[in-house]
Amino acid sequence: MLKEISTKAFALFLLMLSFGMNAQEEVHEIAPQHEGDKDLKTEIKDYINHHLQDSYDFSLYSYEENGEHHYVGFPLPVILWDDGLKIFSSSKLNHGESVAEVDGNYYKVFHGKIYKTDAQGTINLDEEHHATNEKPLDFSFTKNIFVIFAVSLFMVLMFASMAKSYKKNPLPSGMGRFLEPLVLFIRDDIAIPNIGKKHYRKYMGFLLTVFFFVWIINLLGLTPLGVNVTNNIAVTFALALMTYLLTTFTANKNYWKHIFWMPGVPWPMKIILAPIELLGTFIKPFSLMIRLYANITAGHIVLMSIIGLMFIFKNWLGSSLSFGLAFVLALLELLVAALQAYIFTMLSALYFGMAKEEHHDH
Amino acid sequence: MDKLIEQFSFGLFFWQLLLFLLLVLLLRKFAWRPILNSVEKRETGIKDALASAENAKKEMENLQADNQKLLKEAREERDSMLKEARQIKEKMIADASSEAEQKANSIIASAQEAIKMEKQAALNELKKEVAALSIDIAEKVLNKELSSKNDQMQLVDTMLEDVKLN
Repeated sequence: MLKEISTKAFALFLLMLSFGMNAQEEVHEIAPQHEGDKDLKTEIKDYINHHLQDSYDFSLYSYEENGEHHYVGFPLPVILWDDGLKIFSSSKLNHGESVAEVDGNYYKVFHGKIYKTDAQGTINLDEEHHATNEKPLDFSFTKNIFVIFAVSLFMVLMFASMAKSYKKNPLPSGMGRFLEPLVLFIRDDIAIPNIGKKHYRKYMGFLLTVFFFVWIINLLGLTPLGVNVTNNIAVTFALALMTYLLTTFTANKNYWKHIFWMPGVPWPMKIILAPIELLGTFIKPFSLMIRLYANITAGHIVLMSIIGLMFIFKNWLGSSLSFGLAFVLALLELLVAALQAYIFTMLSALYFGMAKEEHHDH
Repeated sequence: MDKLIEQFSFGLFFWQLLLFLLLVLLLRKFAWRPILNSVEKRETGIKDALASAENAKKEMENLQADNQKLLKEAREERDSMLKEARQIKEKMIADASSEAEQKANSIIASAQEAIKMEKQAALNELKKEVAALSIDIAEKVLNKELSSKNDQMQLVDTMLEDVKLN
């Protein structure tokens, strides 16, 4: 609820900002600045791109004053493996503007990644505009990891206190009143129908954790804090990998039999089906990874573009229209945030169910 | 796709995997297991309570049916007892009245007998008296009449005639 309100407040703030721009435009009406318009467009595009990327420090927003970028936030530790562990504060990188010198090595951020450079920070580029510099192994505690860590901590505290409240009273109290129906929903409508009463208990830990984790992270992505975790393929890959590993290592004989020697079909078909089925086991979690990643990324791009439109239109009608659109879209994204968490959990449960399916006659 | 692979951050993947695994393990131990256990305990408790309530209701119904049956039986017994009593009463009344009738009849019969006897006795007495009287009268008449022979003969004749008539 609070997050929703803050999203609204943010949108309202943007609306007021657009009115301010209107006033500004009236002053400069005599000399329309097409060049400025173009600058604004690229600036919005850059801003969206920047928003979608991870960063080495936690900054809520930045502003420009006297030709200097000011960031509101705090630095995070950078952890590199480059002939030994190198740990330093991200303030040394200065948001990609300066070269960090650590133990005689020089590092610079280029397109959101750390590269090893010389003292001047030269980045060598190939024809495709890719950097050819050496990339150290990067285990930095970035903004996304900070958010993941914070959300994990929050979840442990929240659910542990919920679990504790049951010791005093068999009925849920406080947060539990809201969370218990969700927990029961995952148990009764996702886990039991898909996996079956016999085996579902083993997967409940993963299913519940993944549902609440993805949902909370998705919701956080909708706040104006600028956190954006689930639109990182690395994050969704990690989640999908766990589904894959859990499916593979808990699968019974029947599951493997259906993959390598499909019963009930003639033997040439069995040989043809085996590689297809085997590929299917990889495609299933792969689709999980891409679905979550693409949905959240697309949602963010569209929502931010429409918010950006407000600044491009610079007139009363267009800006308020795009404000309305952004508002409706933000509501839709709230739904998508929950829906994607649900789909991820649901499909994971479905795959676990396949792995645990008992043999039955065809 | 190229961009995706290039953008793939191994560090982020590593940390996400590590933190998420930790999160799953921690939550499973400290949250999900106790929550699901207590929810299940509560659910079975509710189920048991409902079942026992249903049982109690059934027992109550049985009890009520029993009570009804007992009441019905008692009523029937009372009715039959009343009926019996009425029968006994009627029989007693009938017996008493017939006995009384019999007694009265016997009294009347014996009275009639006595009366008959008395009457016989009285008749006998009367007969004797009449006989004595007639003998007396006859004596006196004889005493007077025997003085003349004609008269005597006449008398015998009339007497004989009388006897025949008798």
